[in-house]
Amino acid sequence: MNENVPVASPAANAPVAPPLPREGFIRLSPLNRRRFQNFKANRRGYWSFWIFMVLFVLSLFAEFIANDKPLLVSYKGELLYPVFVEYPEEKFGGFLAQTDYRDPVIAKEIAENGWALWAPVHFSYNTHNLDLPVPAPAPPTWMLTDEQCRPIAERTGGTGCRDIEWNWLGTDDQGRDVVARLIYGFRISVLFGLILAGISSVIGVLAGAIQGYFGGWVDLLFQRFIEVWTAIPALYLLIIISAIITPSFFVLLGILLLFSWVSLVGVVRAEFLRARNFEYVRAARALGLSNVTIMFKHLLPNAMVATLTFLPFILNGSITTLTSLDFLGFGLPPGSPSLGEMLAQGKANLQAPWLGLTGFFVIALMLSLLIFVGEAVRDAFDPRKTFQ
Amino acid sequence: MTEPLLSVQDLSVAFRQDGREMLAVDHVSFDIKAGETVALVGESGSGKSVSALSVLKLLPYPAASHPSGRILFKGQDLLTADENAMRRVRGNDITMVFQEPMTSLNPLHTIERQIGEILKLHRGLSDRAARTRTLELLSLVGLRDAESRLNAYPHQLSGGQRQRVMIAMSLANEPDLLIADEPTTALDVTVQAQILKLLAELKGRLNMAMLFITHDLGIVRKVADRVCVMLKGRIVEHGTVAEVFRNPQHPYTQKLLAAEPKGRANPVATDAPTIVEAGPIKVWFPIKRGFMRKTVGHVKAVDGISVRVRQGETVGVVGESGSGKTTLGLAILRLVSSEGPVVFLGNRIDTLGSREIRPMRKDLQVVFQDPYGSLSPRLSVAEIVEEGLLVQNRGLSYDDRRAVVARALADVGIDPATMDRYPHEFSGGQRQRIAIARAVALEPRFIMLDEPTSALDMSVQAQIVELLRDLQKRRNLAYMFISHDLKVVRALANHVIVMQNGKVVEEGAAEAIFSRPQTDYTRALFAAAFNLEADSLNAVRE
Repeated sequence: MNENVPVASPAANAPVAPPLPREGFIRLSPLNRRRFQNFKANRRGYWSFWIFMVLFVLSLFAEFIANDKPLLVSYKGELLYPVFVEYPEEKFGGFLAQTDYRDPVIAKEIAENGWALWAPVHFSYNTHNLDLPVPAPAPPTWMLTDEQCRPIAERTGGTGCRDIEWNWLGTDDQGRDVVARLIYGFRISVLFGLILAGISSVIGVLAGAIQGYFGGWVDLLFQRFIEVWTAIPALYLLIIISAIITPSFFVLLGILLLFSWVSLVGVVRAEFLRARNFEYVRAARALGLSNVTIMFKHLLPNAMVATLTFLPFILNGSITTLTSLDFLGFGLPPGSPSLGEMLAQGKANLQAPWLGLTGFFVIALMLSLLIFVGEAVRDAFDPRKTFQ
Repeated sequence: MTEPLLSVQDLSVAFRQDGREMLAVDHVSFDIKAGETVALVGESGSGKSVSALSVLKLLPYPAASHPSGRILFKGQDLLTADENAMRRVRGNDITMVFQEPMTSLNPLHTIERQIGEILKLHRGLSDRAARTRTLELLSLVGLRDAESRLNAYPHQLSGGQRQRVMIAMSLANEPDLLIADEPTTALDVTVQAQILKLLAELKGRLNMAMLFITHDLGIVRKVADRVCVMLKGRIVEHGTVAEVFRNPQHPYTQKLLAAEPKGRANPVATDAPTIVEAGPIKVWFPIKRGFMRKTVGHVKAVDGISVRVRQGETVGVVGESGSGKTTLGLAILRLVSSEGPVVFLGNRIDTLGSREIRPMRKDLQVVFQDPYGSLSPRLSVAEIVEEGLLVQNRGLSYDDRRAVVARALADVGIDPATMDRYPHEFSGGQRQRIAIARAVALEPRFIMLDEPTSALDMSVQAQIVELLRDLQKRRNLAYMFISHDLKVVRALANHVIVMQNGKVVEEGAAEAIFSRPQTDYTRALFAAAFNLEADSLNAVRE
């Protein structure tokens, strides 16, 4: 820091602006670079982030991991894509509108005229396993004895459990594979949580920003409105609405959104109230910047720290809300893959502990990972935190 | 006494940040004898506060560490002492007065409780005895009607009174050494003089030693026996005050001593056109009471003040904090609502809405006090300076904008090649230059300067004053200069307005006011500012 920068005399040649340095695609400001370093320094959070990302990205491709349709079929010299295209059964010599690729007749037909490439798990979330050796809910196949498996295995010429299709984590009470439901359920939970947390943050930040920036009557009226609004019991409203219509994914999202956006308002409002008197905000007003520009360019970055700190916890809250609604039976329509519904089945079928345990462990893992990530993000944004 | 009371030997302090060790204090040694005042002088960041804090081990350990050194207090090494031993020393043998009296008192406790706590803790006094002693202390530090103040909370006291309470707290156990960390920097000049007088008196009466940390050489000359000049974590010069001031050896000391703002204002042409004419301006904030929030009175921040600024002229506005000088400036800029006409370049702007006034903001700019607060930490320097251009000069292409930014930065003495760096990479003085560049980039006619030098180190202040005067001459700017620092005002202003409680106390040509102040208030202000002498006429409130 040298104070003695030579004062350029006006007579000297006109000063030239340096070319803007380009550093890769994203130019991180030093502040963000420091935050990123802090985030990486938190090993638990950093690893949780990557584990979660791998699980999430994998679950986004659930159709390619667990599906009752083959990924690729070569039939009589023609390449078919059952994952993407619905072929009527006529194509394979049947008469149904949809092809059941798990049907032994169709499987045999395809095997004789070509080949089929299957996903690792041959069940989708709504596939009923018709060849269960024991009544549903069936335990994981590795828990069964060869004795129990023999009747099913003999249909395909086998002798024991090694020769039948495996349900790695058993099936639920309708004979649906738990692994497949888990993968789809994880995806729908995380997506629901992300969308709900994302939209409610945007609305919450905007509402908080307007209240904090303008203050006065706007603030006063809005605050009272929020107090009244949050007094409405959301759960009862949901129960009433679900009695009238079957709540789909988006209806559920909309109803929960009505009440979840208020969670960020307080924090953002406080940040804006504090920061609107900062000198650089005053300077921006003196430069003639409009209110909207000042809010976005100068105030929002301040509020983002608080917002980002809260975001993972809102995300977790959203996931838990969906799970608990499913558990109570007011959530997604019947048949949807849902972790909450799996827990409810576990409660209804205490003799089948694999249902409850699987649901518990997956939810616990998902929420723990997200909380670890959230904790690391919070610490990374804490300016006073020093890492050794 | 041959043995010094406190002996700091070869002390180093290192901070760890982002995995790097930064040496804040670099092998520093000094002694303090009993009853002596030693001053540590240097710019911010020179390590003077850190050295003092390490005496009491109040640094943020483990981020801070001491690679070398010993601190001997009465023969005991404080650096190796454990936490229990340190607690016996802190608040008992060595006490400290901090810079900011508002934040160093707990806002939730009464004065009695805060002072009594120390007495009970270190001396085991009963409630009644502690109360008597507290009263004694408060009258010792010159707090008037001490009895009725006992139950006051910090926010009910003025800055000077709070600092007196802080001093009373630090004297509670009759320490051998008082560490005063810039105790007057946050105070008005008049109050500063009173506090310095008090400290000098108390030191004589209680025969304690004092370690005085400051950046102001005027204070050093007034209070200290010996002085250590610090630069970048090292003591570059030390000796008795008389010796160092008469015959400074190190070039840095010489620079510091020569750093006072010099020169006088640029002369104004007699026929210079009027840029801003405002007034009488009133800014009244309503005081609301009761359930229905009825307005029961007003805080008259600015009460009928008229200002006229001509092209190339600087109008200085001086006064203590709370006198309404900043509010006056904001009212003229239309950043707070006010009553009364404001005429800018022949147009009345006080009746315009924020959208209509926007085009005029180009000619009407402002530089704020705190160069750390007035630059957004998230934008690069180029983005900060070009911000106004994006609104006021929409037609400019990206390259043109950067050219304008480069020109503005060069004008204020910042290398344009550094324009893509972020504010935290610049020192306080450089940041203030950037803030000035932001104002100048729009080529305004009028700039409001709200204490632009008060947050800066002494040596930098003079440079900024030079820069402002130079810019004014080259661009024929009109300034309104708000400051409590009379030395800076004298170096810059043509016309001076002295304010107190929202009203004009005295007004006139700078030369006349500085040479022949008419009112007691102005005289007291000048005595405090130029000679650090407390007012004896009771013209200023505490």
